[in-house]
Amino acid sequence: MPTAPRSRPRAGSWAPRNGHLFVLPYVVLLMFFGAVPVLYSVYLAFTDGDGRFAGLSNFTETFSDFRFVPAVTHVAAFVLIWLIALTVFVVLLALVIHRVVSRRSRTALRFAYFVPGALAGASSVMLWLFLLDPSVSPVSTLLHQLGYDKFTDVIAPGHLPSIFALVAFWTGAGGWILVLYGALNTISSEVIEAAKVDGAGPIRTAVSIELPMIRKWIVYMLILSFAAGTQLFVEPQLVSQASFGIVPNDYSVNQLAYQYAFTQSNFNGSAALSVGLLLVSVVCASVFVARGRLFETD
Amino acid sequence: MVALLATFLLFFLIPILWLLLAPSKTTSTLVSSNPYSFGSLGNLKANWNALFDFQDGAVQTWLTNSIWYSLAALAVTLVVTIPAGYAMAKMNFAGRRLLLVASLVVMLMPTSALVLPLFLEMDQVGLVNSPLSVILPYSFFPFGVYLTYIYFSTAVPADLIAAAKIDGCGDFRAFFHIALPLASPVVALVGFFSFVTNWNNFFLPYVMLPVSDRYPMQVGLTQLLASTPNFNPVVSPDAAVTPPQLALATLVAVVPVLVVFLVAQRYLVSGLTAGGTKG
Repeated sequence: MPTAPRSRPRAGSWAPRNGHLFVLPYVVLLMFFGAVPVLYSVYLAFTDGDGRFAGLSNFTETFSDFRFVPAVTHVAAFVLIWLIALTVFVVLLALVIHRVVSRRSRTALRFAYFVPGALAGASSVMLWLFLLDPSVSPVSTLLHQLGYDKFTDVIAPGHLPSIFALVAFWTGAGGWILVLYGALNTISSEVIEAAKVDGAGPIRTAVSIELPMIRKWIVYMLILSFAAGTQLFVEPQLVSQASFGIVPNDYSVNQLAYQYAFTQSNFNGSAALSVGLLLVSVVCASVFVARGRLFETD
Repeated sequence: MVALLATFLLFFLIPILWLLLAPSKTTSTLVSSNPYSFGSLGNLKANWNALFDFQDGAVQTWLTNSIWYSLAALAVTLVVTIPAGYAMAKMNFAGRRLLLVASLVVMLMPTSALVLPLFLEMDQVGLVNSPLSVILPYSFFPFGVYLTYIYFSTAVPADLIAAAKIDGCGDFRAFFHIALPLASPVVALVGFFSFVTNWNNFFLPYVMLPVSDRYPMQVGLTQLLASTPNFNPVVSPDAAVTPPQLALATLVAVVPVLVVFLVAQRYLVSGLTAGGTKG
């Protein structure tokens, strides 16, 4: 996560060449594993299998694929549920933990909420496959009460966006709670005291003072999560593998791009989809760097 | 408030607790016994042996691969990142600001956005299924450069470096003799985030390394999943992985990160919360 400097590097008259030497290896990596793959994908997206210029045909072909609109809809539903859950619960939990009196409890709670972050990627999905299987789940009573007796009942297609949001929330919420908690810590206690003197209760303080002051960080969380959410891949990929074919292997846009490359050997179509997804990420990140003013770039 | 905190405490920790207990059970006790009870050490040992016997020791190969990819990338990351972040904080050169802004943009992009473009590139140069196809992209770590940049901007006074230069220290000596000895906190921080990110990465190796011998553990889990009858009815019984064995594999796959989390807790919290200092 980002940090912000307090002082700017002092401008000096140091030999410019040495600075370039220091950053050279990093720039080489940035070129080969940042810029070149992006440019190569753009090239592929606008050419055909024989390297001839193809205009927008790769885009029109993939976007009109019968699997494309469902994939976008699935991802949109997942992102929407996930962002709502993050906004409501991460903000609420950060505010509440920040009010806990005992310092030790605050630290313990923050850490406990963060532990699932260790299980990013395939392992958290694997664990949740068990948790959602009524035959072995530690909350099987709950699942039975909800009317789900078999694993296939739980992972019915309509439930998937919520399930993926649940897994993503379980893994990532703790990290964001830490970030927002850190932001709350920067609000000076005088401001809070002054509000108290003026008769503001805890809810009024939260709504009128704390929320506006950490708003930037909430927006940061939402933009980054939005960009990450559009990339949905691991969760549907594993669930599709474990669902006896109930969940298609082209459930998300990234999976569809993967199918284009790996089962249809259509690299140009795959590149067109990737470039579309990449554009979403680059726009989100750039807008935030330019407008967010959370990061020192001077 | 207490009810809210407690509910979420259960939500975040029950799955972890279950994961720690499930490998000590057999397939039938996993279903029949209290989910919050410990099975037996004998079961744990049997599951362990069965797991490591799977496909003639595939699990050990995958773990070794994970360690190799993560540590090789970690080493390259540190060698590349620390001088770059230092130079961006303490040296003047043309293009410095451009490089910083570019790093920030890439750092804020989800890493998976680059996976298929990277695959198309690696396929073109014939590196698919080579360990380099994951180690090199892992080593490009703009977040680490940004952390280093922040660290040297704030924690190491410019005067210190300036004084050394007045005493006749060149840029390289200033870096190796003054900056580097002060850099251990940021080396630890960058090392931590690099290791955790790379160990947990799934999408990139899943795409780049199609052969089982090259899988890291996270990708190996999918192979185990495909051999578990609960989640794949067509698997033949003698090749089967039982659910407790699959749970054990999941646990084994995350233990290194879990340990690093516990040991480096303070670094981690400071790395994540330092973001709040500007508010």
